[in-house]
Order: sequence, then structure tokens, then C-alpha cells
Amino acid sequence: MKTKTSFTRSRLIPGIVIIVTGLLIFLLFAINTQPQVTSRFGMNISASSEAIQIPDLVVPAQTGIYVLALVTVFFGAWQMARGIRSTGALIGIVAFSFVASFLIWATQGKSFNMVGMLSSSLVRATPIALAALCGVISERAAVVNIGIEGTMLLSAQAAVISATVSHNLYVGLVVAILTGGLVAAFHAFMVIRFKVNQIVSGVAINIFATGATSFISSRYLEKHTDLFNNSGTFPIISIPLLSKIPILGPVLFENSLVVYLTMLLVVVLQVVLFYTPWGLRTRAVGEHPKAADTLGIDVFFVRYVNVIIGGMIAGLGGAYFTIGSVGRFDEVMTAGKGFIGLAAMIFGKWNPVGAFTSSLIFGFTDSLQVKMQILGTPIPSEFLLMAPYIVTMIVLTGIVGRAMPPAADGEPYEKQ
Amino acid sequence: MTEKPIQPKKEEKAPASGQIRQALLVPALAVLTGLIIGAIIIIITNEKAATAYGNFFGDPLAALFASWEAVATAYGSLLVGSFGDPGKIINGLGILFSTGDSSKFIRALYPLSESLVTATPYIFAGLSVALGFRAGLFNVGAEGQLFIGTLASAFVGYSLVGLPWFIHLPLAILAGALGGALWGAIPGYLKAKTGAHEVVNTIMMNWIAFRLSDWLLNGPMKAPGFRPITPQIETSAELPRFFADPLRINWGFILALLAAYGVYWLLFKTTIGFEIRSVGLNPDAARYSGMSIVRNTVLVMALSGALSGLAGTAHVLGVDRWVGQGFSAGYGFDAIALALLGNSHPLGVVLAALLFGTLRSGATRMQSMAGIPIDIISIIQGLVIIFVAAPAIIRWLYRLRNIKSDTTVMVRGWGK
Repeated sequence: MKTKTSFTRSRLIPGIVIIVTGLLIFLLFAINTQPQVTSRFGMNISASSEAIQIPDLVVPAQTGIYVLALVTVFFGAWQMARGIRSTGALIGIVAFSFVASFLIWATQGKSFNMVGMLSSSLVRATPIALAALCGVISERAAVVNIGIEGTMLLSAQAAVISATVSHNLYVGLVVAILTGGLVAAFHAFMVIRFKVNQIVSGVAINIFATGATSFISSRYLEKHTDLFNNSGTFPIISIPLLSKIPILGPVLFENSLVVYLTMLLVVVLQVVLFYTPWGLRTRAVGEHPKAADTLGIDVFFVRYVNVIIGGMIAGLGGAYFTIGSVGRFDEVMTAGKGFIGLAAMIFGKWNPVGAFTSSLIFGFTDSLQVKMQILGTPIPSEFLLMAPYIVTMIVLTGIVGRAMPPAADGEPYEKQ
Repeated sequence: MTEKPIQPKKEEKAPASGQIRQALLVPALAVLTGLIIGAIIIIITNEKAATAYGNFFGDPLAALFASWEAVATAYGSLLVGSFGDPGKIINGLGILFSTGDSSKFIRALYPLSESLVTATPYIFAGLSVALGFRAGLFNVGAEGQLFIGTLASAFVGYSLVGLPWFIHLPLAILAGALGGALWGAIPGYLKAKTGAHEVVNTIMMNWIAFRLSDWLLNGPMKAPGFRPITPQIETSAELPRFFADPLRINWGFILALLAAYGVYWLLFKTTIGFEIRSVGLNPDAARYSGMSIVRNTVLVMALSGALSGLAGTAHVLGVDRWVGQGFSAGYGFDAIALALLGNSHPLGVVLAALLFGTLRSGATRMQSMAGIPIDIISIIQGLVIIFVAAPAIIRWLYRLRNIKSDTTVMVRGWGK
């Protein structure tokens, strides 16, 4: 009896939520849309792109939104009546309808470069994904690293200074990765050797990094910009042939080195973590360190290595901020990306591929927010800027699927 | 000054003098070590000292002298900026006694007054973080809660006109506390209900608060004119100052001390406090003995947020009397160091806040006199956190034995 009521309720409430979303689409967007106006979505990143040009997508605004609202309400009713098995698909449909109708509403009577936004989503997701990968690799070995933000900040600054002084971006890249490794090694040393609370150590790293980078910035970088803080950025590399594919080409295959490295890392880490002896050891150490120790795995060694590799990945993420995108360092330029990365890691269920996919959602929100400012919607830009942070909080509540962290996550290991 | 009114109550616990010495030893050595490393950074970044070290083997004395000079100038101006110029104070005192003219004396006390003015929000914010620590919660969002509290109290302060002060002032203070409490309660609720980690969520709430305050100061709360500032608050909402201008020390300082006593009373003399500490020490045991984790978590985060809100409220009602962009000098972030340094005990927090209040206000002078960026204080704070959290380093550095290292920080990782 009880199971039946809870079953009906578990169908009913999501259904109502979806129907309300559908009505919201209608109330927020459809009513404020002029009839006979179209929204134009650009499908070519720019005229100079190598990709084959395809025609733009033109949507009649009001009709489009009505259709999306109806589709949403339909799925809500379906959920209430029958129930849809896959929660992921359900959320996907609702989120897509809402975002799409928002875009149509915001673009009515104007044109909007869709592919440009997708491309910038990937670019903006890059530092978040790298932070998330750093989190995955250390937390799979049960070390929580909340100092990723600070690590990236220090690496970003180290990268731009070394690249400017040496006039070589690759030197900057290597220095950034080493800096990240060094900071992570310090964190690992603190939490493994001295058993410092992992959260406290991470926060200390963040505060120290903010202070140190701002100190160096106002002491040296602001006065001698050309000497220290003007490195230039990695060029865009087009991959032959693949970059000619419409839509996908410019999004995936016309990027800078850091973005390619990130995509490569995702694949490599996924394979290492789940198909190699090292990955097995890492996961054993993260789930049940005592058992791993009994089997002869050096728990401390595995943790050190994973945390330091994670730090190097975060270092690469730091390099993205300066030599990967703007070519100079600004104070506190990471703006919470390290923490958003941690949310992406949790949402991605501590998997490299999952972490990357959820980083894309954050990247999309971030890039949407920028494009909306350019389009000039009536929403104040400050509220659009809040979007990524709000999405992070929603993701963390676990409405969209709870995941279990590695069992020993955050706990120091005492060797007997 | 009534700096330690909470001393008498402390005797009820009657710790042996050896314990007090032990409790103070690690924090004191942590601060000392932080200052020493700060001095090293000052020497390294001093151009004169750097050139002298370039010729170290030719003239080692010159190098040492240059380092001494750099550190002495920096820390000397820090001291004068914190406590005032002794010569000027004595001179002012002499004029006061000989002619009865107190203006010189009061002006000489300006740095000391500024130190206490800076210590006031530090006490509130430090208490906020300390209260969270006691319940096993890490409130990194003190800064955002401070922003919201400040804006709420400023709004009540300038928008209500014609009220008598004994209604208006309490209302403005209450608004500040409520604003902060709301901002703290949201992550608290999310933590209690969904397990979303408070560290990430409070940081996200910080960013949302920053954007919201940008919007408010540029829009609804903007005073007529070009600058993004609020109107001046009404006189009836001002916290009165003790002395004539330029001394800005005001009743906010007394309120902060009262709040410290209040937190002490709450934590150690009431059932609620017992529950809070039980939840912090062992949530499972607390739950089995019938305490509500949800209620305690939300309550602590709301109280913690209220204290942070009061940090900004005291500053806006007592010192600035209007709010402009960047009105907080990072009090909320520094508060983490204060709570750790004070071992999450209200008395310890007050002492730590007085220390960092003087450091921070002196650093302003150090910046102008010795050209050392104020960010060095953040560097020192980051180091102090690490040393306090890892007493093993201090023990190792100073060859101490038999120093017990019980920390009151019980922060847990994800989803526990």
C-alpha cells in the first residue's frame, strides 16, 4: 500500500513541476513575443571559418515558443499518467525546451550566432573541466582538494610571467603545470604527512594564493606590464579536414592547444582510472584504504601521486586563464571557476567523462550569459552573471541525481 | 578601553595556567612565523636589498643592513599605523595637560582608533566562522553574508525617515542581522536537507551577493549622482561615536564585544549550545540522542550569517554611514584565519580580531609609506591558517614537545 502511494507521488510531483515549467515558458516568453517576428540563429561561426557554410536557422518566434511550451506540458502530462523511466531524458527535455524558448524570446527580431556560442561554451568549459578533472583524480584517492581555485590562480600568474619573460608560451605552459604540481604537493604533504584537515588546508591555499598573486600583481605586474604581464596567447589550430564539418568543425576542431589537451586528458584519465592497474589501485585507496594497504598497495604513495598529478592538471587550467585566453593576469581572475569545477566533479559522479560533460553545462551557462549581455535582454547583466553560480548550487542539491563520493573521501589514513 | 569584559566568566572553567600557556603557544608562534615569512617576502621584493644580495659575497654586511632597513621600514610603519606615533601621543598629552586642548592628543590617537574600528567587523565575522566550526560547518560565505547584511541595514538606515533613534537604530541593526541570516540559512538548509557541501555553496552565495550588490548599488539603491553609492543613512540610524572627528571608534565595538559574550554564553551555557557542539563533535551520536541535525545546521548557519551581517552593519552604521562598491576589505575571508587562530573560542576570536585589526589598519600605512602592497596581510593570514591547522609544523620548527594539538575544527568532506 505504502509503496503504491509513494510510487504515484514520485510520478506526480515531477509531472507537476514539468507542467508548471511549460506554463512558465508560456507566461514568461510566449506572451512577450510579437507575432510575425522571427529569430535567426547563425550556424556559421564566421565568414572566414574553414567550415563549409550552411544556411542560418530561422524560427518564427511566437510559433516556436508555443510549440516548445506545448511539448513541455505534453511530457509533463505523460510523466503524470505513465511515468518516464529515464530521469536524465526528462530533465534534458525540460531544460532544452526552457533554454530554447528563452533563446528564441531573447533573439526575436535579431540574429544570434548559435555556433559561436557553442564554440565559446567549450572554451569556457575548459578551465572548469580541468578543475573538475583535478578533483576527480585526487578524490578517487580520497584526498579532497578544495584549494584548486588558489592553485589555478598561482599557476595562471606563474604562466604569464614566465611566458612573457622567456618570450615562449610553451615555457609558460610548463611552468604553470609545475606550479600546480608544487602547490598540490604542498597540500598532499599537509594532509597526508601532518593530517591537517583537508578542507582547512585547501582554504588556506586559496587565501594564500589570493594574497600572493595580488601582492605580486600590484608590486610588479601593474608597473611593468610589458616586462612581465603581456605574453600573448596560444594560436587557434585548425585540424585539417575535420574543421570543415559544419557546426561540429568550428566547435571542436578550431581551438587552441589547452582545449585540445583538455579533451585528450578526459579520455586518458577515463582509461587510466578504469582500465589500468594504477586506476584500480587509486580507486581501492579511495574506497577502502585499509584493504588496499593489506594487499600491499602503498596508500600514501598512491595519494601523493594522484594529488600531484591533479595539481598539474589544475596548473594547466590556470594556464588557460592567462596564456590560453587573454594573455595577461588580472587579480582574482579565476572568479570561482575552481569551485564550479568541484560542483562539475560531483555532478559528473567522480568520472572524468561525466565531469567533462557537466563542465560543458557550466560553460554553456557562462557563455549564454555573455551572449545575452551582447543581445541586450531586459534582464540586468548582474543577474545573468549570477547564472553559473546558481546552476552550481542547484546541481549540488542533487535534484538531478545523487552520487556517492568515494567511501574514504576526505579521511586521513592511519597506518597501523 | 574595555577590551576584555568576557574574562571573568572564563574562570568558571578554570583552566590551569599551563593549559592557557599551551593554548596560546601555538597561535602565538604561528603568528610569529607568519610575520617572519612576511619579512622574508619584504626583503626579497625590496629592490635595494635585492641588489645588495647580488653582491653578497663582496659586502655581506651591506646586504644584511639593506634587509634590516627594508623590514624595519615596513614593520615600523605598520606599528605606527596600528598604534600611533608614540612621540605624537606624548606631545599631545603634554599639550592636553598644559593647555587643556585635547585636539592634538585625539589626533595622535587616530591610528589606535582605526585599529579598533577595523577590529570591530573582524570580531563579528570571526565569531560567525567560529560558531560554524563549533557545529562542524565551514562558513566560507561570511563575506557574502556581510554584503547582504550591510545593504539591508543601509537600506533601512536611509529609507526610513523621521523615526526616533531608539526605534530606527535597532531596526537597522536587525535588518543587517536578518539579511546575513537569510544568506547563511540558505546554504545551511541545503546542507541539512540535501547534503550539498556548505563550503562550495557559501562560496557560490558569495559571488551571487557580489553581483547582487553591484546591481543594487548601480540601480535601486543608488544615490542621485554618478557614483555607485547609496544615500547617506539618517542620523537616527547611526551608531554614535565616542569622540569627535577624526576618531571613528563607535558603539559598534562595544556591540562586537557583547556579541562575543553572547556567543560564549550560547555555546557553553545553554542547551542549544550543547546541541550545537554535540552535532559538531559527533553528528551520529547527536542524532541518536534525539538532536535534530537539520534544525541545528540551519540554526547555526543562520546565526553565523547574522553575525557576518552584523559585521557589515556595525561598519556602515558606525563608520562609513553609506555603502559604496568594494565596501568590505575582505573581512569575511580574513575571518576564517581569525576563527582558526582563536581556536573557535569567542575570547580567542576577540584577541585574534584585535591582532588582525591592528595589522590590517597598520598595513594601510605600510602600503603608503613603504610601498608594500596590503595583500601581504593575506599572505601572512594564509600562512597562519596553515600553521594553526598543522601544529606539527610549529612543533617541528621550534623543537617543542608535549604540545597537544586538539583543534576544534570538525569539517567534513562531501556527503557525509
